[in-house]
Amino acid sequence: MNKVLMSGNNVIAEAGIRAGCRFYAGYPITPQNELTEYMAEHMRNAEGGVFIQSESEVAAINMIAGSSATGVRVMTSSSSPGISLKQEGISSMAACELPGIIVNIMRGGPGLGNIRPAQGDYFQATRGGGHGDYRTIVIAPATCQELADLTMDAFDLADKYRTPVMILADGMMGQMMEPVIFKKPKPRQYPEKFMLRGAGTGKSKFIRGLLLDPIDSEEHNWKLARKYEVITKNEILHEEHRVDDADLVIVAYGTAARIAKGAIKRLRDHGMKVGLFRPITLWPFPELKLRALSAKIKNYLVFEMSTGQMLEDVRLALQGYANIEFHGRPGGAVPTPAELANVVAKIYDKKD
Amino acid sequence: MAKIVFKHPQSLKENIYHYCPGCGHSIVHRLVAEVIDEMGIRGITIGVPPAGCAVLAYNYFDVDMIEAPHGRGPAMASAIKRCLPDRVVFSYQGDGDLAAIGIAESLHAANRGENITVIFINNAVYGMTGGQMAPTTLLSQRTTTSPAGRKKELDGHPVKVSEIFSQLGGTTYIERCSVSSPAGVNKTKKAIRKAFQCQIDGLGFSMVEILSLCPTNWKMSSIDSCKWIDDVLSKEYPPGIYKDNIAEAKKTAEAAP
Ligand SMILES: Cc1ncc(C[n+]2csc(CCOP(=O)(O)OP(=O)(O)O)c2C)c(N)n1
Ligand code: SF4
Ligand SMILES: [Mg+2]
Repeated sequence: MNKVLMSGNNVIAEAGIRAGCRFYAGYPITPQNELTEYMAEHMRNAEGGVFIQSESEVAAINMIAGSSATGVRVMTSSSSPGISLKQEGISSMAACELPGIIVNIMRGGPGLGNIRPAQGDYFQATRGGGHGDYRTIVIAPATCQELADLTMDAFDLADKYRTPVMILADGMMGQMMEPVIFKKPKPRQYPEKFMLRGAGTGKSKFIRGLLLDPIDSEEHNWKLARKYEVITKNEILHEEHRVDDADLVIVAYGTAARIAKGAIKRLRDHGMKVGLFRPITLWPFPELKLRALSAKIKNYLVFEMSTGQMLEDVRLALQGYANIEFHGRPGGAVPTPAELANVVAKIYDKKD
Repeated sequence: MAKIVFKHPQSLKENIYHYCPGCGHSIVHRLVAEVIDEMGIRGITIGVPPAGCAVLAYNYFDVDMIEAPHGRGPAMASAIKRCLPDRVVFSYQGDGDLAAIGIAESLHAANRGENITVIFINNAVYGMTGGQMAPTTLLSQRTTTSPAGRKKELDGHPVKVSEIFSQLGGTTYIERCSVSSPAGVNKTKKAIRKAFQCQIDGLGFSMVEILSLCPTNWKMSSIDSCKWIDDVLSKEYPPGIYKDNIAEAKKTAEAAP
């Protein structure tokens, strides 16, 4: 397979189609329009492919839910305000155990905010986002190659656990171009018994989230919780970069982690031993991995394009056993590696 | 030899309805089930019940069903039908579901000409949540949220869904019926059958709006409820065929290569 140069938004769409996604619904919003447009162009060439430009993000998420129920691999994408609108549907998919991929190419917020890259939707993504006691698997790639690989993997995860999976990236990742190689997707394994395709001559089925009896509902909640426990045990992804000899570790994901890598190179050139801990799954958060690292490294800087959201997960992971500093640029501001390096250098000098 | 003239429809489970005595939902469920039986489509039918009094419709219909969040049935039904074009897909919706929270999903599914059928229960109130004002509530009709009667200045006007939807290019067949009398019930069943046939023939969006009793929230007896539909509700919402492009759509379909 040859390398191709593609923008992040297009990579996600192409990886989706290659992974067997045959239903996409979406509503235009910057900075993710290229994804919707790519699906419009290419889904019609994929056998059995359906593309619908929906009347809203609310319609889109319910469309993918309906399609998913029939046993088709599905995706929708949007950016921050549109993801807020999808939350009822995401909650409903979690409740009804419907697999599906939701892509959030984050922009500046709150409210309409702006169309610049930001990471302000971490809480919304990792805490479920919608109502009720559920979680969403959240994957945060940092390169176009990861967008390709992890989008494909996301479909397998969604099927395996019958749950919605979110790809969380930002406008920078959506728009930037990098060379990628698309891997061969695994053959799909999704049992027919979960598909709603008409009863034929057999017993009819129904899919629902409504459980009026609190005891039934409680059991369903615990069942989901047990599933989330298994996911937490088995599906954590993270990267450690130059931590072996590090005195200070930056914790960052997605675009922020790319900036951090640039900063680390500069800092290392000046003799400062700085590394990076990059969560790739944001939920489940690589809590134990980070805690393990704190056995030998005591200084951390959480860097986010927000006012500090993942910061809370880092605090929970480190449980007061290490020093935690924070640097944030919310609202669509993107710092340069040089700016971050300066911030880190000051903290590095002060550390014990 | 004895001839069976009345039996429990096969497409209706034997569960006892949770609906109030005299509720129109019970009648319409039975009609839909009878039509499914008569057309022999139980095995290929997929239904989408709403949030509303009919939220538990899957306890009654013996066909595959998936619950939709409030108002989103037509979005789900559109997607299901697009993925399984040879199945018969219907969305079952109340007036709050269709004409308030889900007006966008409903109107756009209709406008796209999705080849689905919408069974639309107009009972002029929000039944499930206890009789609040619906978009279809009549002017001066009292509800729990229009205690002094619906006022056009504050609450707007009754939304005439069949009239509006019949203006959309994507719709093929739209009829408004009523289950307030035996004749109305028969007509309703015919309309439901025609709507499903329209879908099976691949002719596009069909909807049957049904003026339906809610004796509980109207605070009337069932008999008075029927009378109220005939004397009052059906004056605002006249029964009749609002759109029938079936013949035309058939011709176009036959002319297509
Ligand atoms: C998002 C959301 N908002 C509100 C509700 C509460 N709710 C459930 S059914 C309903 C109204 C149903 O009225 P209608 O659609 O007319 O159906 P009916 O019960 O009269 O048949 C409402 C407001 C809900 N389930 N979801
Ligand atoms: S409240 Fe009205 S619509 Fe609901 S079940 Fe009772 S009679 Fe029927
Ligand atoms: Mg109603």
